[in-house]
Amino acid sequence: MSVIKVKNLSKIFGKKTKEAQSLLDKGFKKEEILEKTGCTVGVNRASFEVEEGEVFVIMGLSGSGKSTLVRLLNRLIDPTEGDVEVGGENLAKVGKETLRKVRREKMSMVFQKFALFPFRTVLENAEFGLEIQGIKKEERAKKAKEALELVGLGSFIQQHPNQLSGGMQQRVGLARALANDPEVLLMDEAFSALDPLIRKDMQDELLDLQQTMKKTIIFITHDLDEALRIGDRIALMKDGSIVQIGTPEEILVSPADDYVERFVEDVDRSKVLTASHIMKRPETVDIEKHGPRVAIERIREQGLSSIYVVDRSRQLKGYVTADDVKKARENEEKDLHSILRTDMPTAELESPIHEIFEIIHDAPVPVAVVEDGKLKGIIVRGAVIAALANGNGVTENA
Amino acid sequence: MLDFMPQIPVAEWINRTVSKTKEKFEFIFDPIKEDFGKFVETTADWLSQVPPLIVILIVAIIAFFVSGKKFGLAVFSIVGLWFIYNQGLWEELMYTFTLVLFASLISILIGIPAGIWMSKSKWAQTIITPILDFMQTMPAFVYLIPAVVFFGIGMVPGIFASVVFATPPVVRFTNLGIRQVSDELVEASDAFGTTGSQKLFKVELPMARKTIMAGVNQTVMLALSMVVIASMIGAPGLGDKVLTALQRSQEGPGFVAGFGIVILAIIIDRVSQNLNKG
Ligand SMILES: Nc1ncnc2c1ncn2[C@@H]1O[C@H](COP(=O)(O)OP(=O)(O)OP(=O)(O)O)[C@@H](O)[C@H]1O
Ligand SMILES: [Mg+2]
Repeated sequence: MSVIKVKNLSKIFGKKTKEAQSLLDKGFKKEEILEKTGCTVGVNRASFEVEEGEVFVIMGLSGSGKSTLVRLLNRLIDPTEGDVEVGGENLAKVGKETLRKVRREKMSMVFQKFALFPFRTVLENAEFGLEIQGIKKEERAKKAKEALELVGLGSFIQQHPNQLSGGMQQRVGLARALANDPEVLLMDEAFSALDPLIRKDMQDELLDLQQTMKKTIIFITHDLDEALRIGDRIALMKDGSIVQIGTPEEILVSPADDYVERFVEDVDRSKVLTASHIMKRPETVDIEKHGPRVAIERIREQGLSSIYVVDRSRQLKGYVTADDVKKARENEEKDLHSILRTDMPTAELESPIHEIFEIIHDAPVPVAVVEDGKLKGIIVRGAVIAALANGNGVTENA
Repeated sequence: MLDFMPQIPVAEWINRTVSKTKEKFEFIFDPIKEDFGKFVETTADWLSQVPPLIVILIVAIIAFFVSGKKFGLAVFSIVGLWFIYNQGLWEELMYTFTLVLFASLISILIGIPAGIWMSKSKWAQTIITPILDFMQTMPAFVYLIPAVVFFGIGMVPGIFASVVFATPPVVRFTNLGIRQVSDELVEASDAFGTTGSQKLFKVELPMARKTIMAGVNQTVMLALSMVVIASMIGAPGLGDKVLTALQRSQEGPGFVAGFGIVILAIIIDRVSQNLNKG
């Protein structure tokens, strides 16, 4: 079920928004519109839906309209046009009272520079949203403490924000947002101000929390690595428009246009490409019907040094080497049982390729990719190296 | 060439406006003059009746705690206040203090809301800014004239003139303080669904507190600086002593009363600044 539905959402900053809008409809570019009307296109007819429990990442370069878009979702910025449906209510049209209610109960926000209140203690900061709702002191303190425990700050509640490190401050920001128990979390570059290592920790922690919380999260970032790590789906923005929406794989493997491709180019591919992307169709023999004769035929045909052995339902049984098969044939053996070897390296469909790189290193045979014991494909060393070196050719091998 | 038209009767217009205002609003001015005047006098009398030793001790204790349990300001207060007592100016000190107290309170009561309003509305800012400029640049003596017309002579017109003179800083600083609250904090507040007044009281005013207090400090100092001028329209106190000494060319008593004002100024200034730090 989608929690947020965005339809044709636009924001144009400036005075002559009507004029800018009509130019936009005629297909003029952002810079041309700025030149002609003095208006800046913040967001240009964005449409998307976010599912319940999903981590939806909005990514793009600086100035592409990410912050504007996320602020249109809770209407910190009023849209020029379009609809934002949250829980069946069109926020673009509702009155102040309803909007406040939605902000208090349904959506909370985490900010890039934390935006904590310096004159309040950590606990009082976490209580803020509940206080605004008029919840009684004991109850809000209890909920705020729970939220602080959740982010690992249970013992810092009486400190002031300026006594904490950046990472801890942002945990307070997160706790403040979670204390309200909102359905939707809006996070605008929430981790961008943190050191790389702390940033990784925070990403992991968010993912951990998400396992149990199952919130709907809109996460803004300009960092593709971060997007790939935490996003269930990613929307790529350019000049205010969304140019592609897809899973991390889709974005990486089939970028919608040059812009996305360039964005994607310098990612460390090993982190996202998985076994399923680089495996190829395996040659096999069936242990129940084939003996050394068939095996040696197939090995010769394909110029292999070994071949994988499966049963009728394609369950992986092991492999046989060319040498063993030859000997078995000379000994006139009828089946492959006596020469079957089982010391093959295996991987799952989702195994990232850097893991495969490690096991393929001194393996005697290609890596077997299995799912529920069934052989799905094999990976040869060359494919791993090619994928690590660059993305080219990866899709051809798949 | 410059005499193409006769003198514009601006002074006359103002005369007429002031006397019209007096007639029209007599029903407000008179009760203020009577009742508020009585209240101020009573307060001053009451303060003068508290044994000086107790006043000095209370001030010293406040100074001690406000300055972070250091002795400097407390010792200064004790010595300074004792000196004023020793010079036979205690009652005058209490009158002056009362005048400053009321003038400051009224200035703050008017100034902070005005500053808030100014920070929230561009329109209010456009209107209020030139008025404040006018209030601050006009020589303070000039305010004495309408003060006398409206309220006669005594403490009340003195307070009135001081309020006009001393209000601008607290208005300006309140406005500035609120406008300086970072966009991110304002956004955070909005994002959690605050109403206008929740935002004001839970975010903006606490964030602007130091700036506003700096304005309050300036306002109090300006009110104090009006003491001598206000004595020209019959406000009793240390200023009155200075004025009398001036009229009779008695430099000794003049300076002594002047010292009294300085001592009071230093104590009030340091106490209020330290309050701001805490
Ligand atoms: N209040 C505003 N008035 C005018 N133009 C604005 C305003 N806010 C944003 N813009 C413009 O809208 C465009 C999108 O800005 P936005 O802040 O949404 O980008 P962003 O993707 O969040 O960038 P960053 O990564 O730098 O945060 C930019 O061209 C920006 O200059
Ligand atoms: Mg941004």
